[in-house]
Amino acid sequence: MKHSTPLMSRRMLGVAAACVLAFGSSLTPALAATPKDTLVVAFAFDDIITMDPGEAFEISAGEIMGNTYDRLMRYDVNDPSKLLPDLAKTWSVSADGKVYTFEIKPGLKFASGNALTAEDVVFSLQRAVLLDKTPAFILTQFGFSKENVKDKIKQTGPLTVTMEVDKEYAPTFVYNCLTANVAGIVDKKLVMANEKDGDLGYAWLKTNYAGSGPMKLREWRANEIVTMERNDNYHGEKSKLARVIYRFVKEAATQRLLLEKGDVDIARNLTPQDLEAVAKDKAIKTTATPKGTVYYFSLNQKNPNLAKPEVREAFKWLVDYDAIGKTLIKNIGVVHQNFLPVGLLGASTEKPYKLDVKKAKALLAKAGLPDGFKVTIDMRTTQPVQGITEAFQQTAKQAGIDIEILPGDGKQTLTKYRARTHDIYIGQWGADYWDPHTNADTFARNPDNSDAPKSKPLAWRNAWDIPELTKQADAAVLERDGKKRKAMYEKMQAEFRKTSPFVMLYQQTEVAAMRSNVQGLKIGPTSDSTYMFKVSK
Amino acid sequence: MSAAGQAGRVGRSARALRSVANFLVVIALTYLGLLAVTFFIGRVVPIDPVLAIVGDRAPEHVVARVREELGLNKPLYQQFGIYLQKVAKGDFGTSVLTSNPVLQDIRRTFPATIELATLGILIGAGLGVPLGVWAAVRRGGLVDQVVRVMGLIGYSVPIFWLGLMALVLFYAKLDWVAGPGRLDVSFEYSVPLVSGFLLLDAARAGEWEAFGNAFSHLILPASLLGYFSLAYISRMTRSFMLNELSQEYVVAARAKGLSETRIIWRHALRNAMVPLVTVIALSYAGLLEGSVLTETVFAWPGLGLYITNSLQNADMNAVLGGTIVVGTIFVGLNLLSDLLYRLLDPRTRSR
Amino acid sequence: MKTSIVRTQGSLHDWLMSERPESRRQATLGRAYGTWNAFARNRLALVGLGIVVLLVLVALLAGVLAPYSPYVGDLQTTRLLPPSVAHWLGTDDQGRDILSRLIHGSRITLYVVVLVAVLAAPIGLLVGTVAGYAGGWVDAVLMRITDIFLAFPRLILALAFVAALGPGIGNAVIAIAITSWPPYARIARAETLTIRHTDFIAAVELVGASPWRIVLRHIMPLCVSSVIVRVTLDMAGIILTAAGLGFLGLGAQPPMPEWGAMIANGRQYVLDQWWVAAGPGAAIFLVSLAFNLLGDGLRDALDPKAAK
Repeated sequence: MKHSTPLMSRRMLGVAAACVLAFGSSLTPALAATPKDTLVVAFAFDDIITMDPGEAFEISAGEIMGNTYDRLMRYDVNDPSKLLPDLAKTWSVSADGKVYTFEIKPGLKFASGNALTAEDVVFSLQRAVLLDKTPAFILTQFGFSKENVKDKIKQTGPLTVTMEVDKEYAPTFVYNCLTANVAGIVDKKLVMANEKDGDLGYAWLKTNYAGSGPMKLREWRANEIVTMERNDNYHGEKSKLARVIYRFVKEAATQRLLLEKGDVDIARNLTPQDLEAVAKDKAIKTTATPKGTVYYFSLNQKNPNLAKPEVREAFKWLVDYDAIGKTLIKNIGVVHQNFLPVGLLGASTEKPYKLDVKKAKALLAKAGLPDGFKVTIDMRTTQPVQGITEAFQQTAKQAGIDIEILPGDGKQTLTKYRARTHDIYIGQWGADYWDPHTNADTFARNPDNSDAPKSKPLAWRNAWDIPELTKQADAAVLERDGKKRKAMYEKMQAEFRKTSPFVMLYQQTEVAAMRSNVQGLKIGPTSDSTYMFKVSK
Repeated sequence: MSAAGQAGRVGRSARALRSVANFLVVIALTYLGLLAVTFFIGRVVPIDPVLAIVGDRAPEHVVARVREELGLNKPLYQQFGIYLQKVAKGDFGTSVLTSNPVLQDIRRTFPATIELATLGILIGAGLGVPLGVWAAVRRGGLVDQVVRVMGLIGYSVPIFWLGLMALVLFYAKLDWVAGPGRLDVSFEYSVPLVSGFLLLDAARAGEWEAFGNAFSHLILPASLLGYFSLAYISRMTRSFMLNELSQEYVVAARAKGLSETRIIWRHALRNAMVPLVTVIALSYAGLLEGSVLTETVFAWPGLGLYITNSLQNADMNAVLGGTIVVGTIFVGLNLLSDLLYRLLDPRTRSR
Repeated sequence: MKTSIVRTQGSLHDWLMSERPESRRQATLGRAYGTWNAFARNRLALVGLGIVVLLVLVALLAGVLAPYSPYVGDLQTTRLLPPSVAHWLGTDDQGRDILSRLIHGSRITLYVVVLVAVLAAPIGLLVGTVAGYAGGWVDAVLMRITDIFLAFPRLILALAFVAALGPGIGNAVIAIAITSWPPYARIARAETLTIRHTDFIAAVELVGASPWRIVLRHIMPLCVSSVIVRVTLDMAGIILTAAGLGFLGLGAQPPMPEWGAMIANGRQYVLDQWWVAAGPGAAIFLVSLAFNLLGDGLRDALDPKAAK
């Protein structure tokens, strides 16, 4: 027999109801708009590990550095071949091409109030070489080392700096490298005041700020927030907004919701689908810029099948560039089949390859593999890389090539790649500084193909032995005539397209979606040229 | 007191002391085991920890130098020994990803996750237990079926999907709650962080607007987690209650004339609480682990996200530090539930 | 003395349900039959069983039932199509038919779920009952080991497996199983503690049964039902955990149509192309509902305490 018993006494019910009411009334509707003088950006910046310009090399840190630290010169974002003075008033190179002289602008100050003189410039450049962290190669490639840098980079006057390089490099090459973050100028007095055990302020500057840029770094809470504030001591045009806050939001869908609600002003990591969807929203607009980053498949030449020249070419005919371009990378990339991204001197836009299974099969037959073969590919489980790999797996199957996908997370697959234990790898490469040598150095140079080399360019990682191309790349960086240099890179790219084990896929387009009241945001081709201080609401 | 009595007292306190000593030894061994296994797994993991520090562009000599600096070339047991020595002094090392001492990172991220999980379990148990009781009392009825299916939905639906849908509905469309993140940007620097629990700190500082905002941010992800634990807790409550309600003492109590309400809440539930306590403790532990995806969707800067990120970059100091913290909670929860068990159920007290 | 089996239907029922079985086999069969009757009386449990049987059938006949290939799709023409007559559940981001992928994926799902249950539940049950029964330092040691495993973030263990054995769904299963057993052990131990000092256990001890016999033959059967309930509740969680591990590269390798991986893939389309995640999501929900109903029915039928 079932009792229709009261589950709880009436008193308890009353208490429960009161709780629910109290609960509900405390949910105040949130302030949806962002403060008027603050720009809020949703950004996935979990790659930041330091705020020291002598050490920072990741993309997100690069952007912060670009806004907070000055350098001798910057390139014009609208025409990257033009150089604009930043801290240096004038610059010149000696007749023998080895001694560079820079005149610093007078009366400059750091955000801390300390004066900015040639002493700080010399200190910063020397410090980068002495610390010898990851980005130091951008400077040390000019022949600087811990032993000689104090003699090679000297202060020859209160506002004059000279720099002696070891070879007659193309001056544009040298200047382009000096626009990089590693050449950011730090406040010597402030940094040395926080030095510990002769570390040149390394431990302190990781999480602190000593610069002179239009914005100063207020706080970096890892994977949570980065706050920049207007630097009132800045020598140029002051930032329009008082504050720029980066909110760490990893999930693209969450970024989109925040943007649509107006809780952030700019969202930086939307996917192609999100971008299609917000294009219809009148309150949101987008801006896009081709970046100096290229995506590719690479074939490890240690694998005997992949080492065959016909096989290398066959793979280039087995990618459906057209379909991928129209779907998987729509809005975020453009099909590109060369190792120099568009925008760099000498970049080629030739696109000889398209999906042609018959041709690929014929090539495979010529290589003695008419029935195809089995091979593996190491793939990161992020998009669009995963989608492209799966599409590639399907088209390759049509020619009899059975690709097994080995998924892994970013660092996992990278570790394998650097150890040359992969078959096929899908990866990307971004320009370190705005000069063609940055990509030629890694795609077309392999000075030491042994198992214990001094550096591991991408050509090395795929065991591609290219003494001839290496010579060409070395010569191109010393070519001072702009036109001749351009021709040399075009020749290298033509050779590369034919014989390399790299199947170049596309060049990245970086897109930012923002509320329609945001003005002045232009994404730069490199991470350090996205200037938040030019933005207004 | 008689000599025998005094001897008995001494004997008992000696035994108590020994059991406390046992207890501490066991705890220490647990930690050691946990750390050792994590440490060695971390070194076996196919990710190069130096990679996260120097990145992909570093020339080989920089890589080699950093590897040497981190002591990664020493034999494994030596590295572990060094680590243990440091831990004993309270130094959990520095996170290579955030450049902060691991302890500082944990002190920052841990309260965020605890705040979330605690509110989640309050919702889960607070609603789950009564629902489970109800389902047991009206067994086979509509409520029983609804509770079961509702719980099942919460359990078999991917959490990130549910979280996103909840955000779309309650945040984007209905505007009932605040969005992802712990606090609105406008309140960012207005609450001095003392404990790390935003609700407590805001209340302490008297910042009631910030309190409301923090709560508004907290309620949705906490409800999400609560929904998951509710599913499990209500089912187990129902199951245990059914066990109890079929016992003879219930029949006897009814015969004695006790009110049904009294029987259910005062007697049956109290007995059902015994195994239920274990369930709730397990559920809380499960919430801590399950918070990772919630933290991703809601941009919640908590421990789950921290450990996952560190793991994917082989930042072993951070992973070990995080594991110790999580391990402590688990061990603590289990011990607590054991203790409560012994207190509540006379049958489990060993003679 | 052996009895011969009587041939007619009605007599078979009587023979099985006889109150005085004349052989052990008869008693066992009779009990099994009674359990089945009790189970079958619960209509919902039958529904659950039906769905599970359907799942097994679909898995076996996947090749015949699926309208399209689960691996081939066309990026340009059939990508991200909403549900229609041609594609009942729509297509995914590679242009593949979702229904076909679901059908083929049922094999993998069954594989994952069964393997984890078969690996994790017995281990948990054994550890829990032994710990509960033995008490003392055995209990302490076992529980501390359980704690260590409980405190282990699944991700660490999963990555270790990738290091040792390579990626793949099989290794993902082992990793999940190894981190799944601790809760079962805790539950089994909790149950054991409540019956450890009961009279009937004491009686068996008095008779001289060895501890192993007591644990295996008397205590375990009583704990089985709680563990079964927990395991069936876990079914959905296990499938979803496999998806979560997929984010780390341990798990189903593309283009395997594993349901959890399909949901993980559909994550980026959730806001506009909801069907990509909805199909596998519904499938997981249905299967876990089935296992739940089944588990409940089994619990009700097997638990002597709940016998009416």
